Amino acid sequence: MQWLINLGGQGRELIESLGRSGQFLFGALAGVPNIRVGFPLLVKQLYFVGVLSLAIIVVSGLFIGMVLGLQGYTILSDYGSEAAIGQMIALTLVRELGPVVTALLFAGRAGSALTAEIGLMKATEQLSSMEMMGVDPLRRVIAPRFWAGFLAMPVLAAIFSVVGIWGGMLVGVEWLGVFEGSFWGNMQSSVSFTSDVLNGVIKSVVFGFVCAWIAVYQGYDCVPTSAGISSATTKTVVFSSLAILGLDFVLTAVMFGDF
Amino acid sequence: MAQRKADLVVGLFMVAGIAALLFLALQVSGLTPKSSGESYTLYANFNDAGGLTRRANVSMAGVTIGSIRDITLNRETFQARVVIDVNSSIDNIPADSAAVIRTSGLLGEQYIDVSVGGDTASLSDGDTFYTTQSAMNLERLITNFASGQ
Repeated sequence: MQWLINLGGQGRELIESLGRSGQFLFGALAGVPNIRVGFPLLVKQLYFVGVLSLAIIVVSGLFIGMVLGLQGYTILSDYGSEAAIGQMIALTLVRELGPVVTALLFAGRAGSALTAEIGLMKATEQLSSMEMMGVDPLRRVIAPRFWAGFLAMPVLAAIFSVVGIWGGMLVGVEWLGVFEGSFWGNMQSSVSFTSDVLNGVIKSVVFGFVCAWIAVYQGYDCVPTSAGISSATTKTVVFSSLAILGLDFVLTAVMFGDF
Repeated sequence: MAQRKADLVVGLFMVAGIAALLFLALQVSGLTPKSSGESYTLYANFNDAGGLTRRANVSMAGVTIGSIRDITLNRETFQARVVIDVNSSIDNIPADSAAVIRTSGLLGEQYIDVSVGGDTASLSDGDTFYTTQSAMNLERLITNFASGQ
């Protein structure tokens, strides 16, 4: 009987948590933002969340592109169509790997940092003291971090795709000797700007929204102890990764599925 | 001062993102053609250009010597007119050479193979291949074979 009570309690806690996160997001984003105060805060967060994530994004993009080039070449050269690696690399990166891998790396690199930072602010009662001074922590602390994550993700995903395509070209064209004209030619004839590139951007926008939301919410909602912060950080990474992969399937089905 | 530096770096970050998106638009999805190095132009008329595409390979003896710039329909003869960019270093293609459309591998992309002729004069900028051989259409071949023609 006890386990049934526990199960109900957990289910209720889950629903409550969803409700709190919705209210929390509304509280952070509602109201007219003060551009003069808010913009420098946003820029500062964009620096921490976006610019400092560039290194891991560029390096991973480069290696993923190079691996795609190598794998594509070994498989496609059996059929004499190794020039198709251009379109293979570009479509894989622009449609799937660019947005998804960027979002996963972003959740690990920036999302966890956001959660830990906000969680520590809560644990050291900085958020409560802001409230005491009449500053709304939702708008002062949470909103800039949320917007920074939301804006940085599409930029990072686009950079990831470009670096990956360049890495694939490095392996395919420079090292393995695929003709450069057909590498780009195949790519350009098969990649469409609206249905491939723009859909990839839409994906990364959605992932940015979800990752940033989960990260700031977990930080704001954590138990204000060191154990609470560590479990909130773990939850950020786990929930973000699961949400990204699940949403990716749904978005792919909507965008590229034939129904 | 620190704020101004952050502004600058974040500005550069956003510019990099826009540049990446432009690259994806122009170079990857091909909204504009990429200009190549030193080359000269030859023309070839085909009855059937098949699956030949822009920027496809032009080779001679299996070595790439150029690429296809454009494929248009000649409105008088209803033939496909293919514009070929050939590397300037290959300036001695015999004038009676033939342009043949071939497929790389069984399922690969189509390209133009230049079969070398024996003429002492060579093709120069703006010339047209005298002999051409159109794309082999497997389906048509099978149809002809099946109907015994």
